[in-house]
Amino acid sequence: MELLSGGEILIRALKDAGVKNVWGYPGGAALHIYDALYRQDDVYHLLVRHEQAAVHAADGFSRATGEVGTALVTSGPGATNAITGIATAYMDSIPMVVISGQVPLTKIGQDAFQETDMVGVSRPIVKHSFLVTRTEDIAGTIAKAYFIAASGRPGPVVVDIPKDVTDPSHKVPYSYPADVKMRSYQPTDKGHRGQIKRAVKTLIGAKRPVIYAGGGVVIDNASDQLTELAQALNFPVTNTLMGLGCYPGTDRQYLGMLGMHGTFEANTAMHHADVIFAIGARFDDRVTNDLEKFCPHATIIHVDVDPTSVSKNIEAHIPIVGTCTSVLTEMLAINKELKSKPDVDAIAQWWAQLDQWRLDKGIYTASRYEESSGNCIKPQDVIKMLYKVTGGEAIVTSDVGQHQMFAAQYYLFDKPRTWINSGGLGTMGFGLPAAMGCQLAFPDKDVACVTGEGSIQMNIQELSTCSQHNLPVKIINLNNAALGMVRQWQDMNYSSRYSESVYEDSLPDFVKLTESYGHVGMKITHIDELEEKMRECFAMKDRVVFMDIDVDRSEHVYPMQMPGGSMRDLWLNKTERT
Amino acid sequence: MKRIISILLENESGALSRVVGLFSQRGYNIDTLTVAPTDDDTLSRLTLTTQGDDHMAEQIVKQLHKLIDTIKVVDLTVGSHIERELMLVKIKAVDHDIRIELKSCVEIFRGHIIDVTPSTYTVQLAGDSDKLDAFIEAVREMGIMEVVRSGISGISRGEKFLRV
Repeated sequence: MELLSGGEILIRALKDAGVKNVWGYPGGAALHIYDALYRQDDVYHLLVRHEQAAVHAADGFSRATGEVGTALVTSGPGATNAITGIATAYMDSIPMVVISGQVPLTKIGQDAFQETDMVGVSRPIVKHSFLVTRTEDIAGTIAKAYFIAASGRPGPVVVDIPKDVTDPSHKVPYSYPADVKMRSYQPTDKGHRGQIKRAVKTLIGAKRPVIYAGGGVVIDNASDQLTELAQALNFPVTNTLMGLGCYPGTDRQYLGMLGMHGTFEANTAMHHADVIFAIGARFDDRVTNDLEKFCPHATIIHVDVDPTSVSKNIEAHIPIVGTCTSVLTEMLAINKELKSKPDVDAIAQWWAQLDQWRLDKGIYTASRYEESSGNCIKPQDVIKMLYKVTGGEAIVTSDVGQHQMFAAQYYLFDKPRTWINSGGLGTMGFGLPAAMGCQLAFPDKDVACVTGEGSIQMNIQELSTCSQHNLPVKIINLNNAALGMVRQWQDMNYSSRYSESVYEDSLPDFVKLTESYGHVGMKITHIDELEEKMRECFAMKDRVVFMDIDVDRSEHVYPMQMPGGSMRDLWLNKTERT
Repeated sequence: MKRIISILLENESGALSRVVGLFSQRGYNIDTLTVAPTDDDTLSRLTLTTQGDDHMAEQIVKQLHKLIDTIKVVDLTVGSHIERELMLVKIKAVDHDIRIELKSCVEIFRGHIIDVTPSTYTVQLAGDSDKLDAFIEAVREMGIMEVVRSGISGISRGEKFLRV
């Protein structure tokens, strides 16, 4: 058997786990590993400018491809810088392995230089973590880490490796386990057949059904099955922020996103539904509004791979624990076997009602905001233009805030894994590094990072990474010179007292800043130049382009649920409410 | 209501901290906690008690199950079960009458005096928590110096058992 050092074993094990690229940043405790990386060509390493970005980039790569993302950082500050990225992945159930260097075993607990208890610090935000204490255990631990990260409800796994475990002078035989078996971890796959049958019968008996589909459908690659079932039944579908793209956004049966900034028709339909089929969604507080007033008439079918998500916030009448794909596949088969079909008249009546809601107050049937004119560019129009220019085919990443909601509302995602955002944790600074991950995965696709001048500055240093690794992402900066969502809440709840949400002329010249990194910068201040410039931007296939677009500073995101209300209690604009 | 939750988990470093961390992270309280390896030293048996309604207990059990190190979890309070707690109490026992009274009290509670000095008795007592509480009330006036309780250990009655 071949003798390898710990560093070499780690890299070889990554290769055997199917890893092709790793995002990271070297440092003292990780140097043996980095030396092993240098001496091989199987695993490609991308050097970032901040460890948080390494984790977000690995995350973006994972979201765009479905593969497990990998990040590599050093001990101490390298590890703690990775924490926000890990928490982001954890909240959105993204499969990822984060490898951190650690001080030597002999120094652990001595407050050594760059020592942090990474397993301890990361404990509440990982699916699992390992501290490797023997060189012989590295390969097996890596195999377990990738297995755990990708299976069941996916999530980030931390592997902390002390420096002496990767000592180049200590060589041991290498063997990568053919398969991983853990007596304490056997994730559920198939749902209970009886329950699934009950669910199908309940759906067929529904008169006012809504399919409420979330990120789980995307993660489990169950979009085709979901679409087939929804269309076989002719039922309306609403997607969560995390689920966008899992049902085609341009389809007639699509009601738009639901929740705090969801459409009027989706939220109102949920409120009046008699059957809600929730799949891969978790009744998040940004969806349900007040739990006491949530969907008073509905029988709830809830499918989720994670038993803790079922009946956590909302009691499910028909709980099903299983993967979205396996449950939907079985539902499709049962639906074909069953003689009974949905009540055509009732469903037609329901559609008549839904279409009326759409027509009256929907954001797609008419413009519900003032048109852009001259130097007043509406952020919604920028997203609509992005959709037009990219033909709806781009991978869109976003940061967090108003721009995120505008992108979610106005870019109609027809395919899963094309909308990449930090939904659960709401991490500003996610967009640009995530876009790098997407661009690495799909070098020929348009990758647009929709951001704001607040969020982009949280990881703007990654413009340098884009140069080094040739990642020609396009940055669409909706610049309203304020932390827009904070200011919106201050307008609505704090009598427009803009406490620390404005920058007092301190913003950089983004064009010059971008150019200093060797990229292309554009400043857009007039609506008439938007289309031409944006087409110019996306025509530059091999360049990073930063479009700094001045948008209307007073714009708010609507619809918006009223706090403490039911799902249908919405502000439709600054003066009109339901 | 009081819940007694029994867990079989991998006897590995970090496993216990994940269980304990889960409780603080999710806003649940641990009233008592006891843990030790079983006859199979790769496994730890952990018993903890907490307060909660059915919904909370169900969530706690599911969340514990979700931990990768956890092999089995059961809420013992759902079925018929036995619970025991061990207590050691050091009591001031200088006065002759007190020593006599204390001895008889220990007998009534079916405890044992396991250490004696001219001025102290150390009593060992096992039973359910109510019995231990009652003993403490009975001897409180005599002058308790120290109380050590193990926390509850539980096992289900009859044929049911928790094993890999």
